[in-house]
Amino acid sequence: MVDLLYKTLNPSLTRLINKPYEYGFHTVIENDIIKKGLNEKIIRLISKKKNEPKFLLNFRLKAFKKWKQMKCPEWSQLKFAEIDYQNIIYYSAPPKRKKLNSLNEVDPKLLTTFEKLGIPISEQKRLTNVAVDIVFDSISIITTFKKDLSKYGIIFSSISEATQEYIYFIKKYLGTVVAYKDNYFAALNSAVFTDGSFCYIPKNVKCPMELSTYFRINDKNSGQFERTLIIADENSNVSYLEGCTAPQYSSYQLHAAIVELVALKNANIKYSTVQNWYAGDKVGIGGVYNFVTKRGLCEGLNSKISWTQVETGSNITWKYPSCLLIGNRSQGEFYSIALTTNYQQADTGSKMIHIGENTKSRIISKGISTGQSRNTYRGLVKILSKSNNARNHTQCDSLLIGNLSNANTFPLITVGNSTAKTEHEASTSKIGEEQLFYLSQRGISAEKAIELMISGFCKDILNKLPLEFAMEADQLLSLKLEGSIG
Amino acid sequence: MHKIPFLNIENLEVSINKNKILKKFNLKIYKGEIHTIMGPNGSGKSSLSKVLSGHPDYKSSKGKIMFKNIDITYLEPEQRSHMGMFLAFQYPVEIPGVSNEDFLRLIYNTKQKFLNINEIDPLKFLTIVTDKLKSINMSSSFLNRNVNEGFSGGEKKFNEILQMLLLNAELAILDEADSGLDIDALRNIAKSINNFMTKDKSIILITHYQRILEYIKPDFVHVMHSGKIIKTGDASLAKELELKGYNWLIK
Repeated sequence: MVDLLYKTLNPSLTRLINKPYEYGFHTVIENDIIKKGLNEKIIRLISKKKNEPKFLLNFRLKAFKKWKQMKCPEWSQLKFAEIDYQNIIYYSAPPKRKKLNSLNEVDPKLLTTFEKLGIPISEQKRLTNVAVDIVFDSISIITTFKKDLSKYGIIFSSISEATQEYIYFIKKYLGTVVAYKDNYFAALNSAVFTDGSFCYIPKNVKCPMELSTYFRINDKNSGQFERTLIIADENSNVSYLEGCTAPQYSSYQLHAAIVELVALKNANIKYSTVQNWYAGDKVGIGGVYNFVTKRGLCEGLNSKISWTQVETGSNITWKYPSCLLIGNRSQGEFYSIALTTNYQQADTGSKMIHIGENTKSRIISKGISTGQSRNTYRGLVKILSKSNNARNHTQCDSLLIGNLSNANTFPLITVGNSTAKTEHEASTSKIGEEQLFYLSQRGISAEKAIELMISGFCKDILNKLPLEFAMEADQLLSLKLEGSIG
Repeated sequence: MHKIPFLNIENLEVSINKNKILKKFNLKIYKGEIHTIMGPNGSGKSSLSKVLSGHPDYKSSKGKIMFKNIDITYLEPEQRSHMGMFLAFQYPVEIPGVSNEDFLRLIYNTKQKFLNINEIDPLKFLTIVTDKLKSINMSSSFLNRNVNEGFSGGEKKFNEILQMLLLNAELAILDEADSGLDIDALRNIAKSINNFMTKDKSIILITHYQRILEYIKPDFVHVMHSGKIIKTGDASLAKELELKGYNWLIK
C-alpha cells in the first residue's frame, strides 16, 4: 500500500500539488517605509501618515495597550516559532502621489504587476464586471468602477479614504463586530492596520457587480494588516470577493487581518475568498503566517451572511469566519475548502452564535491534506437561551492523500435552548488504491484520477462560489477536468 | 498461416504480498472465443482478472502476458485499457461527488483522444450514451447519480456493462457479472453481452454458477484451483460441475 502510494500517487501528486508558485515574483519599487519595530511612536506615525482623525489614533493606542497585555493564543493545533514583532515593517507603501483618479496616474510598475497577476484593474475591461480595490503592501492603490457604483449610492473605497470621507460609518461600525480586544491578532491589527476596503450598500440596492479586494504583499519584511468593513443596509444585496498573493521569500511574512460585515434587515452579504498566499517551500521554509479574524453581524430581521473560502496558500492559516445571528430569522453560512500540502498547517473553521429566534446556520467544511501537512477544522455552534427554534447543520469532511498527512476535527456545540436542532456529520476518507485502479482500468491516468476525485470531493463548495472565482479556485485546485464542476 | 492468439498467457507466475497466486499459468485465447473460468472460492479467479488488467499490487516474477502480440506484462492499467482490455469489476467502487455522466464522458473522450479522434461535446455524448442505455434497458436517471454511489448490486453490474459498450472493449474480462442478479436482470445482462460479442472480440467470463451459461454459450470452460487451470472442457463441463461440485477434480 505504501509502495503503491509512492509509486502511482506521489509522482503525479507531486506534480499536481507542488506546482511552482506562479505569483512568487517581486516588484522592485521605491517604497515609503516606516522602519521596523512596534511601539507607540510608530503607531502615531502610521496614524499621522494616514491623516487620521483623533478618535482613530485613540482606538489604535487603546488596542496597542491591550495587545501588550495579551498572549499569543496557544490552543490551536499550529506549531510555529515565536514571532518577533519588532522585526516587522508595519508601513510600506509605494511613493505617495496625489489622490489617484484614473489609472494613468498609477505607477506603471504597479500596473504591470497586477497585469501579471491577472487582476482586472483596467476599467476598459468591462466584461469582467468586477470592481476591484487593490491593496499593495500597506496601502490601497486604486479602486475601480467607483463612479459607476456611486450612481447606485454604493460606496466602495479604501478604508483609508473612508477614514477621511465617510467618518460617520467608521465611527459607527469600526470595531463593533470584532472588538479591538477580541483576540491577540485582532488587537494587533487594530493597533497597526494600514489599509483595506470599505463598502456601503444603501437601502434597497442590489449591487450590480461583484466587488472585490486584491491583497498583494510585496515587500520582504512587511507585514500586511488590513481591515475590511462592509455594511449592507436594509433590503440590500452584495457579493464580495477577496484574493491574495505574495512573493516567494525564505523569511516568514505576517498577515493579520480583520474583516467586519454588518447586515441590516433583509440584507444579504456573500463574502468569498480565494487565499493563495505563498505557502513556503517543500520543507516548509518561508511563506505567510495568516492570522485572520473575520466576523459578520446579522443584525437585522431576516438578514443573511454567507462565507465561502478556498484556502490553498499560507504556511499557517488561522481563521474562523463567523456569524453572530442577532436578528430573528437571520441566517449564517460557512463553506470552506482547505487544501494543505508539504508542511502547511491550517487551523480553520467557523463560529455560529445563535442569538435571535428562528435563526439558521449551515457549515460545510472540506479539508484535503497531502504531504506532511496538518489540516484542522475547529468550530463552535452556540445557541443562546433566548434563541427559540434555532437550527444548525454542520458537515466536516476530510480527505487524506498519502500516509503522512494529518486531519483533525474539533467541533464544539453548546445548546442553551431546548427547541434547538443541531446536526453534526463528519467523515474522513482516503483516496484509495482501489478507486485509483478502477479509474486507471478505464484509461484515466493517476493524475487525472486524483483531480477527478478531489473535484468530486469539493463539488458542494465550488458550486457556491461566484463564477469569476469558481474558475480561479478551479485552477488553483488543479481541477482542470472538463465538466466535473458546476 | 499459423494463427496468433489474441491473448496468450505463458508460464506466468504472480504473487501478492509474497504469496504466489498464479503458478505456471498458461492460457491462449483467440478472437471470437468465449472462455469461462470457474473454480472454488480462493482458487485465484478474481486475482487472474486483476493480473490481466495490471493491478499494481500483483507482481509477476516469471512468464509473460501477450495481448495482440504485444508483451503487456509490465504495462500500466491505463495502457492496457487503451489497447482494448476491459475489466468488469466484481465490486465496482464508488467515486463520491463525481456524476456518472461526467465520468462516462471522461472515459469515452479519453479513449477518443488515444485513438486520435476528436473529443465530443456533452450534447453529442448524451445522444450516444442514451442509445447505449436503451440497448441494455437502463433508465437515463442513471446518469445524474454519482458513480456507483448508492447503486444496488444489479445497477452496479449494469453500469460496468455500459462502460464496456462505451469503450467498445475488445477483450472483456467479466468478473462475476452475474452475481447478485435476479432472473430478469441476469437474462438482460446476458443478452447485452451476447449483442456486444463479435468475431473480433473475446470474453473471459468468471463465474461461480452454471446458470449464466444458459444464456451465454462458452467455447471453453476452465476450472482453476490454487493458481492453475486444472481442467479444460466445453460447455458440458459446467453442467457436470453443477452436479458434482469441484471435489472430484481436486486430488
